[in-house]
Amino acid sequence: MLSYLIRRILLALFTCWAISVLAFVIIQLPPGDFVDAYISNLSASGSGISLDQAQQLRAEYALDEPIWVQYARWMRLILRGDLGMAMEWQRPVTEVIGDRLWLTMVVSIAAVVLTWLVALPIGIYSAVRPYSPLDYLFTLLGFLGLAVPSFLLGLLVLYFGFVYFNANIGGLFSPQYADAPWTGAKLLDLLRHLPVPAVILGIASMAQAIRIMRANLLDELRKPYVVTARAKGLSEWRAIWKYPVRVALNPFASTIGYTLPYVVSGSIIVSLVLGLPTVGPLLLRSLIAQDMFLAGAIVLLLGIMTVIGTLLSDLLLMWIDPRIRVDD
Amino acid sequence: MADTVPIYDPTKATVTPSPAALAPEATSGPTAPAVSAPGPLAQFPAPGEPLLTSDAEERVAVATQAQLMWRRFRKHRLAMIGAGAVIAFYLVVALADFLSYADPEASDAQRGLIAPQRVQFFLDGRFSPHVYAMVGERDPATFKRVYTEDPTQIIPLTFFAPGFDYKLFGVIPADMHLIGVEGVNPEETLFLMGTDLEGRDMWSRVMYATRTSLTIGLVAVVVSLVLGVILGGISGFYGGFADTVIQRTIEILRSVPTIPLWMGLAAAMPKTWTVTQVYFAITIIISLIGWTELARVVRGRFLSLREEDFVTAADLVGARQSRIIFVHMVPLFLSHIIAATTLALPAMIISETALSFLGLGLRPPAISWGVLLQQAQNVQTVALSPWLLLPALPVILVILAFNFLGDGLRDAADPYA
Repeated sequence: MLSYLIRRILLALFTCWAISVLAFVIIQLPPGDFVDAYISNLSASGSGISLDQAQQLRAEYALDEPIWVQYARWMRLILRGDLGMAMEWQRPVTEVIGDRLWLTMVVSIAAVVLTWLVALPIGIYSAVRPYSPLDYLFTLLGFLGLAVPSFLLGLLVLYFGFVYFNANIGGLFSPQYADAPWTGAKLLDLLRHLPVPAVILGIASMAQAIRIMRANLLDELRKPYVVTARAKGLSEWRAIWKYPVRVALNPFASTIGYTLPYVVSGSIIVSLVLGLPTVGPLLLRSLIAQDMFLAGAIVLLLGIMTVIGTLLSDLLLMWIDPRIRVDD
Repeated sequence: MADTVPIYDPTKATVTPSPAALAPEATSGPTAPAVSAPGPLAQFPAPGEPLLTSDAEERVAVATQAQLMWRRFRKHRLAMIGAGAVIAFYLVVALADFLSYADPEASDAQRGLIAPQRVQFFLDGRFSPHVYAMVGERDPATFKRVYTEDPTQIIPLTFFAPGFDYKLFGVIPADMHLIGVEGVNPEETLFLMGTDLEGRDMWSRVMYATRTSLTIGLVAVVVSLVLGVILGGISGFYGGFADTVIQRTIEILRSVPTIPLWMGLAAAMPKTWTVTQVYFAITIIISLIGWTELARVVRGRFLSLREEDFVTAADLVGARQSRIIFVHMVPLFLSHIIAATTLALPAMIISETALSFLGLGLRPPAISWGVLLQQAQNVQTVALSPWLLLPALPVILVILAFNFLGDGLRDAADPYA
């Protein structure tokens, strides 16, 4: 168990490192170094900086030195908590990102939790009553859920909300709370706005989870021990819940690790459509403005948060499933 | 796993005609196989099935693997529908110019945001498809041009009508279109799916967008297939260190939110690139998304086949490694790869649509589903002109079709399961 834990944490650290390299590549991709972009950005807005200041900036980020030195310098700054300046905003990246990173994770985790809460009972029902009308209905809805990309679903929901309820159902806060400091009322407001984006984000993984759970449980219900349990006179409820469901849960639970990255990915685009105050709109804007420090920081933070989330879910799985603890 | 590999096993075989006797059956069979996998001939029932007695079972017994697959695939009704839809979509790809009736670039601000016309099929009880002319006038209050149908002006539709010039399949000069209008310019009179902000015809633009979006998906899936087969093959066939490295890479890629990464790559494309350059860059970026799943499938197949007796036998008689892989192993899981590829395509199509929708993918003047949907980003605009959302329909339909087709292929890939 300990060796599994150590291996798992090492892999997570390695993944974080790989993400940092990828984020750095993204910062480096646009032609010219970022000081050039910075200067052109400043002159576009009317102000400028002197050559000395430009040189000083170049020295600070070691832009004249080989690429790995630049990477090391950037990493050192990041480990100290300094994510650099967001050019367009003229403010530190950490300040610009602010609450947005947390809100991204809140929306994503809500989507994952919802996926599970909905997919489990439906998957079990579909397996216990296969080929029943409701099973067909869920299968059909599942196929539709898989086929409609989440950003298109967002557009459609927004459109129907606008036309039939004359309400803008996008966003995460009512206007009066948008810039207000955190209070209980603001939290309640967030919870009220959360279901719509969570459903839109989670629907694809929900459809997948239902199919996995249904297939697993169907396989399990055909096994002789279930027949034995029934023959011994166990109630149908117990014969299903006591063992088959628990066994079928395991492959299902192991998919959770890949659900979170998928949902976080999706949240970027859905946030743009629904106007959610997450890092999504910020990332797009920074990419279009070639504000690469901000973009790199968002990619890095998003990746690390996802790795941590996945690690936590794996630890949870380890706690639920004794086989992982014993086997490794 | 074991019964997916049809190896000759004397304990199971009940009817074993010689391969020569089977050859004509394989080539002149009444049903052309959709997926051909020239694996070893398997003329015995799957384990657990009764001995052959009737004619029907006899036919199963002597069928080639490809025939068995086709029979099973045909039984999957949704997959057949999916296959039909996919073929129809690729017909649109090939004939986009013929199926559209207006030049997709012909814009006119005067014709902006016209609602779709209704096609009337009967005139005085006779079949004679026609539309009513759209008459525009300025709203005195808002100064916007408002278009309404004028039932007194009847415009008959004609088929195989002349229209704007194009090159069929890129080579044959032509000007014939499936539909047209008699005597008048279709750009100014016919709006089957309405027009966009700049007065371009949505129907014709959707036809061209289908061509772009579906070819980009196809090219991307081929690229990621090559990546997946090579890396998955190395991983599964050789194992060891290479396997570890490739598996870790896949694991990392799967545990990272990838869309922000691809967005970063796409945003780094120079603004000066031509449409073609952007097209290929986007294709490559998208193909980087899908290869992990394909590599996983290929690796799994290699792992399960590597230990089989026939591989050892081929090795012992001195077959080269490339021969073992391509002659003995690949044909056995070709069908699995085709199924996995079909299931990977929707993700590619969604990625292109999403990137272009965000303005990071294809850029106008390229026309793709994502580019068309960009106009639908604003709720207020969509609420007033909902037909701007119509390009979402082919996206959803083609993804459904590929999913059904892929499911059917996956079931058919294992005719003995």
